[in-house]
Amino acid sequence: MDSKITIRIDGELVKADRGSTIFETAKAAGKRIPGLCNMKGLKPVGACRLCMVEVAGVNRLLPSCTTPAQEGMSVTIHSARLDAYRKQALELLLSERNHVCAVCVSNGHCELQSLATALGVTNVRYGYRYPKLGVDLSHPRYVLDHNRCILCTRCVRVCAEVEGAHVWDIAGRGIHSMLTCEMNRTWGGSRNCTSCGKCVQVCPTGALAEKGFAVEEMVKRTTSVERLAVVRGGSR
Amino acid sequence: MSGQAKVKLATAWLDGCSGCHMSLLDVDELLVALVERVELVYGPLVDAPEYPDAVDVALVEGAVSSVGDQKLAQTIRAKTRILISLGDCAVTSNVPSMRNTIPVQKLLERVYIEGADAAQAIPADGVPALLRHAVPLADVVKVDIHIPGCPPKPGAIAHVLTSLLDGKKPELTGLVKFG
Repeated sequence: MDSKITIRIDGELVKADRGSTIFETAKAAGKRIPGLCNMKGLKPVGACRLCMVEVAGVNRLLPSCTTPAQEGMSVTIHSARLDAYRKQALELLLSERNHVCAVCVSNGHCELQSLATALGVTNVRYGYRYPKLGVDLSHPRYVLDHNRCILCTRCVRVCAEVEGAHVWDIAGRGIHSMLTCEMNRTWGGSRNCTSCGKCVQVCPTGALAEKGFAVEEMVKRTTSVERLAVVRGGSR
Repeated sequence: MSGQAKVKLATAWLDGCSGCHMSLLDVDELLVALVERVELVYGPLVDAPEYPDAVDVALVEGAVSSVGDQKLAQTIRAKTRILISLGDCAVTSNVPSMRNTIPVQKLLERVYIEGADAAQAIPADGVPALLRHAVPLADVVKVDIHIPGCPPKPGAIAHVLTSLLDGKKPELTGLVKFG
């Protein structure tokens, strides 16, 4: 069987590796689909809903990071409708918690912030919730600030799939979902955390950061994750 | 917005640090061009006791945090054609919103009683009451254009003002960022 298939992306014929996702196929063809939860080296989960695409013949939007490319598929990755939905999804993420960019360690290096700029989000049309959320300072080297978490689960996956420690999980449901450390331990009280810092590096926002960094100082380094995933025989 | 008469521009300073006004002054040589076409009728940069009628454009800095902010925002909206929220505090409520998880009474006690060495009393005379939450301007009145940023880039402010003066709709995609 030919290992290559052909799909259409925004009308253009594109070759794809059999078994690859729409997101990967588009990226390989030099076409960018926005996204915040997907990361090469980690299993895709479709958590952020920003990479939603239209597939001809399917009457709902599909997350391109979890949808496999199939022979003959016709995919739209950029349209006025998708732009509008992506802006909406991003605004909802911003309204959900207390994202105060001006005082954030990741200001200027944040994927949520830069995607807002790229998508033309100049304001949030939904009421801010201003939830009262905690900050876990118990780990000697790192900080978890729930105010800045968008529940992308990159940290959960990199810890379980690449480091093999599985310290993180999501507890609760819906709007009450929260990142949790080992069945509700403090991070400092974790028995499995190796303090490797991979979760900190993959976090797209300032939710996970190193201690001792001031506003704008926390620059994440994600390139090693893909390499380590290969070494550990990760998903791809 | 062309013609003989100068465009009436107002600015206002609600719950913010005045950094947005600094950014406005930072548009450099554009200020010279603006003077030719714009009359500054209200705000911290001019001496006008009352908000005038029939203002063309208003740049409003700061979140709406008090009853006073709320009243001024409503006055500005009623008397202004194009209302612009200037900077993150006006657009998102930003730093002023960091008090929003604390009830107002508790907050005032913490600052003015527990936090004060002398004259421990919550100020009541001559200061407007705080609202439960510091909110974005758009939560209180209809806003026409948002220029986020902490501070907003002078280039973005310049783009918006020159576009409006030329009768065009400003396009801010890629020009502005939160924070």
